[in-house]
Amino acid sequence: MSTDDSLPMIPMESCILGARSAVLSFGETPALRGANISVTRGEILAVMGPSGSGKSTLLHCLAGILVPDAGETWFEGRRIDTLGEQERSALRRERFGFVFQFGQLVPELSAEENVALPLLLGGMRRTQAISEARTWFERLDLEGMEGHRSGEMSGGQAQRVALARGLVARPEVLFADEPTGSLDSLTGEVVMELLTQMARQQGTTVVLVTHEARVAAYADREVVVRDGKVAALDRASR
Amino acid sequence: MSVPLTLLGLLDREPSHGYDLKREYDSYFGRGKPLPFGQVYSTLGRLARDGKVLPGEAEPGAGPERKRYSITEEGREEVEVWLSQPIEPEPHLQTELFAKVVLSLMLGRSAELYLDLQRSTHLERMRELTELKRTGAVLDALLADHGLFHLEADLRWIDLTSARLHVLAEAVRS
Repeated sequence: MSTDDSLPMIPMESCILGARSAVLSFGETPALRGANISVTRGEILAVMGPSGSGKSTLLHCLAGILVPDAGETWFEGRRIDTLGEQERSALRRERFGFVFQFGQLVPELSAEENVALPLLLGGMRRTQAISEARTWFERLDLEGMEGHRSGEMSGGQAQRVALARGLVARPEVLFADEPTGSLDSLTGEVVMELLTQMARQQGTTVVLVTHEARVAAYADREVVVRDGKVAALDRASR
Repeated sequence: MSVPLTLLGLLDREPSHGYDLKREYDSYFGRGKPLPFGQVYSTLGRLARDGKVLPGEAEPGAGPERKRYSITEEGREEVEVWLSQPIEPEPHLQTELFAKVVLSLMLGRSAELYLDLQRSTHLERMRELTELKRTGAVLDALLADHGLFHLEADLRWIDLTSARLHVLAEAVRS
């Protein structure tokens, strides 16, 4: 088996994010079976693997959305699996950004209000948050879309708005779960180009879940999740 | 890729010297494999012999042969036919990749490890091509995309084969 049983334990204190022997089941169905992973600050890491391999579950554990049944998850040298829901929620709000497959914009809000949302949740005043949000529209080639609602935008536009929302609060880590999964390949590449460009400019670490090799090729490094474990073959360890 | 037909196609735009043809060929189609001068002139010689191009009078000047070549009507028709015909799809049924997987299974070696290594190597190349696409000119991007799609096809095969290794191993060993 070329899974991670034989991997040396990575000191979690030296990386920005990681999981050690993470196990998680949904009822009787195991999703993670002892996953080890470490993410270096500033890198763009692609997490690949077939459907049902556990890659999204791993992302959710690293982001503190899910807590493993056993094993550990770490962020900046401290365990996050031992934190309570409230602390993990604060962590997600203040330190992490998210982009999902279907944008998940709030349909009742305009594009600029959607982008401003993380800033408003962080306590910024509305006028300042909207003003900050607006600066993203030019950078993402979305000028003129500020007042549009998600139903009035194409899939590519909505996903770029979601990307702006994910990065507006300058998170330390951006979690992107199949961010191009609902887009055609050309639009998907535009989104990936912007995502990687913006993340590098801000020095944001990115954990990118994708099953598409062309999307993974935008990352600095890839790991493969198979049967709930991270495959041992990792260029960093070769 | 047919060098004679490509040179003929370049001559269909305008008459040209061998040196200029080589420069244009290298610029558009060479991609790190420049056409040797000898091949340019021997190809032009054959095309002239077959009535596809007409060499002009030798022009005075230092360096290699200075003749301006122009395409004939016959040559033009050949380019026309070539450009309108689809190329043969190449399904690559006899690949080393396939042979290595099957032999690994026959010998009881870890085909999974090999496939993981191959996936990683393919992705490394895809990263290089993605960078070329991001930073290069539009022609580089077009070529990089061609390479990326082919590598992606290989990767899909690698993933599918990885998922079927257990069944394949039984088939190969029986």
